[in-house]
Amino acid sequence: MSAAIERRAIVVVGGGPAGLAAAIAAYEAGEHDVLILERDTQLGGILNQCIHNGFGLHTFKEELTGPEYAQRFIDRADELGIERRLGTMVLDISSERVVTTVSAANGIDRIQAGAVVLAMGCRERPRGALATPGYRPAGVYSAGTAQRLVNIEGQLPGREVVILGSGDIGLIMARRMTLEGAHVACVAEIMPYSGGLKRNIVQCLDDFGIPLLLSHTVVDVEGRDRVEAVTIAQVDERLKPIPGTEVRYPCDTLMLSVGLLPENELSREAGVELSPVTRGPVVDQSLQTSVAGIFACGNVLHVHDLVDFVSQEAAAAGTQAARYVMADAEEASASRGIPVAATDGVRYTVPSFIDPQRMDDTLTVRFRVANEFRDRYVSVYLDDERIQHRKKRVMAPGEMEQVVLKRADLLAREGLSQITVKLEEA
Amino acid sequence: MAQETRELICINCPMGCPLTVTLEDGVVTSVSGNTCPRGDAYGRKEVTNPTRIVTTTVPVDGSATERMVSVKTALDIPKGKIFDVVRELSGVRAQAPVEIGDVVLANVAGTGVDVIATKRA
Repeated sequence: MSAAIERRAIVVVGGGPAGLAAAIAAYEAGEHDVLILERDTQLGGILNQCIHNGFGLHTFKEELTGPEYAQRFIDRADELGIERRLGTMVLDISSERVVTTVSAANGIDRIQAGAVVLAMGCRERPRGALATPGYRPAGVYSAGTAQRLVNIEGQLPGREVVILGSGDIGLIMARRMTLEGAHVACVAEIMPYSGGLKRNIVQCLDDFGIPLLLSHTVVDVEGRDRVEAVTIAQVDERLKPIPGTEVRYPCDTLMLSVGLLPENELSREAGVELSPVTRGPVVDQSLQTSVAGIFACGNVLHVHDLVDFVSQEAAAAGTQAARYVMADAEEASASRGIPVAATDGVRYTVPSFIDPQRMDDTLTVRFRVANEFRDRYVSVYLDDERIQHRKKRVMAPGEMEQVVLKRADLLAREGLSQITVKLEEA
Repeated sequence: MAQETRELICINCPMGCPLTVTLEDGVVTSVSGNTCPRGDAYGRKEVTNPTRIVTTTVPVDGSATERMVSVKTALDIPKGKIFDVVRELSGVRAQAPVEIGDVVLANVAGTGVDVIATKRA
């Protein structure tokens, strides 16, 4: 290793909502040598293009727009004097926490970090991952790309729109395009339930009379140079299109809102173990990944629907990263803890390992359910003993759920070998 | 006497409680399905006087970094006036420097509500 290598206590990869909250929390926890690396020319990440309101209800008890929510964190980071490098992209993170960056200003740099916080966010699932038939004409946009075009660039991507997928960005864009004078014919969703938040279905579709076609998908895209029409058909329980149900919608634009994928290329290179379910790192109670000193939070860890929870989670990761560098690293990277099993309708939990000795007095375990459920109980078991049993009237895959575990409960149980989070009918 | 029930989904928080609002001759007599008082208030308001915050963008002149500046109605406005608001905003341009909270258009569409910037530019 070269003697000239820069050394920093904490390097935060990404200056969006997760990175900002992590950096601020790390600083506030007592570690002031914090550096944010951001590839865009400004902080705030995706919030800059999320101009709609509804952010911050939990954190600030008021409804902010994305840019306003981001600015509160940017102001705080400015106040603390947290250093950031904009226009700086991370090329590689080694398992020894050497972070390689590239920027127009400085070329390639290497930084040895005491701890790394992964906060790279996620990407939209592209059309290539979908197997939609037809040519590849202009006029097919991911919803987030269209959002950027409209809200940042001031360009209208089309006038007659069909949206495939009912993720939140697609719902938001249905309203946004309508307000900009476009006509949104429908939102087609292949699943029998929407992947978006209820409030978005009410305020973005119902308010404007835009139909949400559940159990429907696109079976044909017409047009060679530009989209001319799409055909939508109903699907059966196995998600196969039902012949005879096709409806053709003449349009110039097809927008895709078909899911988000955590962006973990850097994590993979660093040797971080990824979950096949979340596609994000497998983490313990400290949001530490399988590589010592590398922490993860926000959408790179698992896709969130509310930024408030991103901020909370990221603050926890930042605090833990600060503790890691301030404590004896040997001590901090000991055993992995007790596995948390997600069963009976619970798709995954974050974290997936908990060491009761190292957890705080309470720990928020976030999870998603696999289907739409009504009147089910969320139960937590310590081995065979049920310690929590809480009824929820409605749960849906699009809305993240959580349980709060108490350290005292876990410590009270000797020889604890498994924690289970599951849904029960009674 | 005309009794009517309306099914709504509360949008106050991510719980999305399914509400049933009962009206008699256009007057709300009960709200059920809510788990907190905000749900009751939302249910009553949504069937009698629904309101929304409108968010959109306007072009900004003279900014080194931004082409557009995001804006919102400072308060919620009647749902039926959403299109009046965006129509009145078409053609409006902001002039940099813009601070969050700056008034971009006062008393939009006769609502008594100002449209304010939500981003610096």
